Amino acid sequence: MTTVDPSASMILAQERGGSKLWKAMKSANWLIKLCFIILIVLIVVALLAPVLASQDPNAQSLLARLRPPIGFERYREGYILGTDELGRDLYSRLLYGLRFTLLIAVIGSIISMLIGSTIGIVSGYMGGWVDNVLMALVDIQIAFPFTLMALLAVAIFGSDLTIFVIIIGLADWDKYARVVRGQVLAIRDAPFIDAVRVTGAGPYRIIRHHMLANIASPIIVLWTFGVSNVILLESSLSFLGLGVQPPTATLGSMTGFGRDYLASYPHIGLVPAIMIMIIALVFLLLGDWLRDTLDVRLKRQS
Amino acid sequence: MSFILLRAARAILTMIFVVTAVFFASRLSGNPIDIMFPEGLGPEEYAFWENYFGLDQSFFQQYLAFFRGLTEGNFGVSLTEFRPVTEIYAERLPNTIALFGSAFLLAVAVGLPLGIYAAVRRDRPVSTVIMAVAFFGYAIPNYILAIFMILIFSFWLHLMPSSGNMTWVHFVMPTITLAMAMMAWNIRFTRSAMLEILNEDFVRTARAKGLREALVVNKHALRNAMIPIVSNLGLQVAGFVGWVVLVEAVFALEGIGSLIVRGALLRDFAVLQFGVIVWAVVVIVANLIVDIIYALLDPRVRIGS
Repeated sequence: MTTVDPSASMILAQERGGSKLWKAMKSANWLIKLCFIILIVLIVVALLAPVLASQDPNAQSLLARLRPPIGFERYREGYILGTDELGRDLYSRLLYGLRFTLLIAVIGSIISMLIGSTIGIVSGYMGGWVDNVLMALVDIQIAFPFTLMALLAVAIFGSDLTIFVIIIGLADWDKYARVVRGQVLAIRDAPFIDAVRVTGAGPYRIIRHHMLANIASPIIVLWTFGVSNVILLESSLSFLGLGVQPPTATLGSMTGFGRDYLASYPHIGLVPAIMIMIIALVFLLLGDWLRDTLDVRLKRQS
Repeated sequence: MSFILLRAARAILTMIFVVTAVFFASRLSGNPIDIMFPEGLGPEEYAFWENYFGLDQSFFQQYLAFFRGLTEGNFGVSLTEFRPVTEIYAERLPNTIALFGSAFLLAVAVGLPLGIYAAVRRDRPVSTVIMAVAFFGYAIPNYILAIFMILIFSFWLHLMPSSGNMTWVHFVMPTITLAMAMMAWNIRFTRSAMLEILNEDFVRTARAKGLREALVVNKHALRNAMIPIVSNLGLQVAGFVGWVVLVEAVFALEGIGSLIVRGALLRDFAVLQFGVIVWAVVVIVANLIVDIIYALLDPRVRIGS
């Protein structure tokens, strides 16, 4: 019998998935291609924010208060998107806001993914009372409006960036847990897992080398949706004034402060609002497309 | 029957969990006396308030007292308004019920038929338009939709008031904003649930028998699709609650949601705690109702449990 290194088979599986994805990307419709381009631009812009920003995002200028974007009356040289109520450059704040929002979203959603997937794997693999207890936890999480829990947590622990990211990360794990558990259950008794078990592999090895490769696709798809969920949650909390504290700019808090000036200076709120809209649309469209492409059936997920 | 009992037991368990979490959260948040009187108190006054809040008792006694208080309807005194939180909530509850109720009804009354249509006539251009609208409603956070609506209808066209809750006109934009997001969910979910059923063998059999399309859709497909649709509505109530908070905040509508946000901003933990408990009750009761309807609709659930 020839022995096959299981880790090699996993790498093969990943490579197949990767090239499949690349091919699908090339044959995707123009909308998806546009989304990919926008996504790459957003990431690059967020990474290069310090280079691209024309001003210090928190520098205030009384002379340049409440200026409109380029092309409008009273436009002031050097402030492409205008300024806010404290004379801060909206273009620079937008770049830094994007940077913070994406940073919080990526880290937060990875935390969710790790917690949820681990719980899902343990729950599905162990079964029995462990499964029952963990799924009861999931039920509680689903039954409980997370916005409220987040409000409570932010009120108690303050809005320090680290704490905020952790709170955000705890928001979304239940979806991963449910889906991963289902996937693990589906393959737990598959012949190839039995075969590995018969050769003497322990649970860690089975999960790490044989299960993860098989359940990676749904996790990736969920993560794409997770990023947009987390962005919405972050921006909502920041919009309410319960996110990262001023003067640090996130897109949500910029929109929140802009709300007070809508009547006379709508650009302050509109600029970040449109940015949030673009990000949310891009991630959702890509998530939908990825789900269809990887042919993942997330049963009754929506 | 045992199914419903089981669900009720789980609802109570969740409730105990929430209340316990709230209790510990309020202990972690610090001493209410320090929050009420930031400038400090004399030892006698301090002892009075310590006794008033029961802080002189042991931790376990406080926990029991907290539960006993809840059962007696004693939910604490607002740390900023110095009156029972139940009173404050009672004043604002009608506004939230009006907002949430009308938005929910609107979202169901419009969302379900559109979703069913988009599934049954999936190739028509109308369906594409419906799904595009649903996608935008789903993707755009409702406070951003609210901002656009305020801008257009309040400040440019001067048709609608931008904030407040004095007359029913004030409720129009908040209701539409809230309903829009719920409707998008309903359309998407209803469509996919219907499509799933329409692909089933028994639907094909019904068609093959020569039944009229209307009968196939209404009797065979819709009845089966209603089961996941109803259960999903219940699940969504938890998510919708979070949106109420946002919509009320944007439109400065004096309801429970904006009260909770204010409680969080001012660190008024009594208000915040009660808000969490109220919403938890709403969500749990909604889920329980849905579970029961679910069991009534689907014999498999009753037997399966």
